[in-house]
Amino acid sequence: MTHIVQMKGMNKYFGKLHVLKDIDLSVEQGEVVVIIGASGSGKSTLIRCVNGLEEFESGHLEVEGQKLAPKGGNQEALSNIRKEVGMVFQQFNLFPHLTVKKNIMLAPQKVKNTPQTVANATAERLLERVGIGSQADKYPTHLSGGQQQRVAIARALAMEPRLMLFDEPTSALDPEMIGEVLDVMRELAREGMTMMVVTHEMGFAREVADRVIYIHEGQIVEQGKPDDVFDNPQNERTQAFLSRVLAH
Amino acid sequence: MDSQFQFDWQAAINSIPFLIKGIPYTLLISFGGLMIGFALGIIFGLLSINKKWFLRWPATAYIEIFRGTPILVQVLFIFYGLPDLIGGPIDPLTAGIAAIALNSGAYISEVVRGGVQSIDKGQSEAGLSLGLSRTQTFWSIIWPQAFRRMIPPLGNQAIVSIKDTSLFSVIGVGELVRQGQVYIASTFTAFEVYFVVAIMYLAITLSLSLILRLVERRGLASV
Repeated sequence: MTHIVQMKGMNKYFGKLHVLKDIDLSVEQGEVVVIIGASGSGKSTLIRCVNGLEEFESGHLEVEGQKLAPKGGNQEALSNIRKEVGMVFQQFNLFPHLTVKKNIMLAPQKVKNTPQTVANATAERLLERVGIGSQADKYPTHLSGGQQQRVAIARALAMEPRLMLFDEPTSALDPEMIGEVLDVMRELAREGMTMMVVTHEMGFAREVADRVIYIHEGQIVEQGKPDDVFDNPQNERTQAFLSRVLAH
Repeated sequence: MDSQFQFDWQAAINSIPFLIKGIPYTLLISFGGLMIGFALGIIFGLLSINKKWFLRWPATAYIEIFRGTPILVQVLFIFYGLPDLIGGPIDPLTAGIAAIALNSGAYISEVVRGGVQSIDKGQSEAGLSLGLSRTQTFWSIIWPQAFRRMIPPLGNQAIVSIKDTSLFSVIGVGELVRQGQVYIASTFTAFEVYFVVAIMYLAITLSLSLILRLVERRGLASV
């Protein structure tokens, strides 16, 4: 098994607040890991540590064989990791001053020196793939939330990442647009992309995840196959959480 | 109190050819100074939000000093004070441009700082997550957006600086006000001449406002 991500005894603090406690977690190539938990449980912070958007204070974190040092040390590893790890944000974070296509072309051109014609072709192909080929020359604000998030996925894919991080990708969307984004993610998973997904979409988790992780107050309290975690949770905190979110 | 005063249109019109000679100086000092001030503003504005204290502190000191003292004192200091230090005279035009540059530079630093800080943190996170370096993220993602937001306050500063050049009549630059003073000394038509001078400033600042409004509209259209 090839580990794409490996965390051992990882700790993270926001000031005095201990947000991640002794996290042990590894993600294998091709695996889809869905992280669930109440808001404030540390699930977003956990995946933000993977590409160094959050620094951790102690422990071990290795991504794609690159070791990240605590407190933002080892900048070289960090920059290597970011080239290999894509991220999709809750608020999309598209670049409003660039057209949809330019949003996608920017990183390959700047980071990999991809020639413009190649970057352009890649952008068009990716936009077709996420179902919005006709919107390439519009600016992001002229798109619906669901379309924007699909552009954000295409933008991350343009760097040909080996791992994709999704930080509550549907939480800012109107209900009728959630499906179109989940469809794209489902398709990615089917094609074998390694994914770490923080989400409240329990239906998606059950259907797509290889493994579901439940985080409570910065600790992984339960993990396993989706059917096991959802139908037969062992930890009472997981039971309480699931009964709250699955009740309606 | 009987006021026999009547506005002498002929005197006003007669003064125009002489006064208009001041406009190139007014424009040269204000736009020359503003261009340097813009460069200073980018440099010191960015330094003032740098994480390293030894870069941040000098920048903040510069900004506070030149915002906190009157531009009239600054130009007098440069024109009359600095020659003692450098051992030679400074010509009034250079002193005027330098004063506008240093003064507007301090205000523009704050405009730059505010513009950059107004951009959502998610923008730089998106850039970094795509593998762009901090420098690339700044210049391709943050700066273009920040600059758009800076256009209105920059326009404001340009108008302030244009009007500030009127103070430089005290060091004898032949700008608009100075031309007016010289003209009045022989014609004694203060009311008419200052009226024309005011109209000329207004013509400059209004044209600038108009241009800025067009630029702004074009800039915003694409966002």
